[in-house]
Amino acid sequence: MISLLDPLAAIGRTAIGVCRLTGNLALFAAVGVSHLVRPPFYWRMFGRALVDIGYFSLPVVALTAVFTGMVLALQTYTGFARFNAESAIANVVVLSITRELGPVLAGLMVAGRIGAAMAAEIGTMRVTDQIDALSTLSTNPMKYLVAPRLLAGTIALPLLVVIADILGVMGGFIVSTFKLGFNQATYLRSSLDFLQTDDIVSGLAKAAVFGFLITLMGCYQGYNSRGGAQGVGAATTAAVVSASILILAFDYVLTEAFFAR
Amino acid sequence: MNGAVPKIRLRELRKGFGNKVVLDGVDLDVMPGTSTVVIGGSGSGKSVLLKCILGLMEPDSGSIVIDGEDVLSLPAARREAVRARIGMLFQNGALFDSLPVWENVAFGLLAQRKASRRAARKRGEEFLRHVGLAASVGELTPAELSGGMQKRVALARAIAAQPEIMFFDEPTTGLDPIMGAIIDGLIVDCVKRLGSTSVAITHDMASAQRIGDTVAMLHHGRIVWSGPAGRVMDSGNPVVDQFTHGRREGPIQMELRR
Repeated sequence: MISLLDPLAAIGRTAIGVCRLTGNLALFAAVGVSHLVRPPFYWRMFGRALVDIGYFSLPVVALTAVFTGMVLALQTYTGFARFNAESAIANVVVLSITRELGPVLAGLMVAGRIGAAMAAEIGTMRVTDQIDALSTLSTNPMKYLVAPRLLAGTIALPLLVVIADILGVMGGFIVSTFKLGFNQATYLRSSLDFLQTDDIVSGLAKAAVFGFLITLMGCYQGYNSRGGAQGVGAATTAAVVSASILILAFDYVLTEAFFAR
Repeated sequence: MNGAVPKIRLRELRKGFGNKVVLDGVDLDVMPGTSTVVIGGSGSGKSVLLKCILGLMEPDSGSIVIDGEDVLSLPAARREAVRARIGMLFQNGALFDSLPVWENVAFGLLAQRKASRRAARKRGEEFLRHVGLAASVGELTPAELSGGMQKRVALARAIAAQPEIMFFDEPTTGLDPIMGAIIDGLIVDCVKRLGSTSVAITHDMASAQRIGDTVAMLHHGRIVWSGPAGRVMDSGNPVVDQFTHGRREGPIQMELRR
């Protein structure tokens, strides 16, 4: 029989579940970060993660940035031409790419590539007892698997975003000068004159946060996966979805914080 | 044994998951330098027992005393030190598939910064030879090895840190009888060479008799019988006799029917 209190109970259960998840995630992050400052630190694992996140994500991030810059220039032209404000294209492209699209799109692409791979790798290690084996070999799994990845993600994503910013602006430049007929020197001067240090710094700060969130969710979901192949699959999906949502949510929070300045 | 202090002493060890009680007051003594084999049906809690001793799971209550120290009441750092004296051979090998074989074997040495990579590799190849594998196998990845070879590599990894205590989780599961006998022989050799105390869990009665000095039967979360390995096939305990002879009729099956 359905009780009147059932909906309330369901809401309560969900609220408790969310609180528990948030608490576990915060604890996991705190423990992971604490291992960054407690020796030993596994530099080899850090290097491997840095190459995996930074170097091997470069093609997908580069392509995304170039095409986004190109589309942005075209769309901005379409809109701004109606107000005879075509000359502002360079400013819009450079500002949008550095402050917003560079970090967010790079973050989402890396979340899809790296978040999934990390969750799958660590999840497989969990369900095949490899994480337990680490413990029996006097190796703290958080120190060996999680801490180097967190640091690598936090460092690699801003580096990727620097490249994405350059390529994104270049995409806008290519379309604006070769297709829309803008003068190359004027376009470049306009872009550089309008760009401020804060624009770049705020984008890179976002990227660092996104890099941390992507690796955190990949590691957390993988580390806590259960139940064989199905569990690993679920962890992989959860890592990508949760990292993507967190990127978008933190994007707003950070933009608000920078906007307030 | 005669009054000697056990290397491992378990008292009233309990562990449950939700409403399901897995360990319901396990008492077990493992004497130094001996091999104890814990037998029991699937789901009887053998792996949970090993994981509790190893510190991979926290028991609900009871005591685990290793070399006179109750590990459950020790601070984390001291527990780590106790755990470092234990080697483990996992049921599926649990080899690190992202690392080559030699690095798997030498992992403990590298992780604890006890050797340079070159020296660790040399030691890794040495331990591979102990388990009957050529040094060239060290170049391969675990995925390129057969099940028997993976078990041997896992054994080499477990003994590389020269632990005082060795745990073996179903060491012959999934192997053909000849390879099972080879692995058992290697286990006995390695344990003797190191002078370790060992605890193995298995369903394989031939393996239990080859590895064990003592056999203990875990049933309904408790040790219902323990005695010399030579007597396990004729223990006089109906639960043990049914299990060891694989009879369909007996107290275990009667409980299944309920």
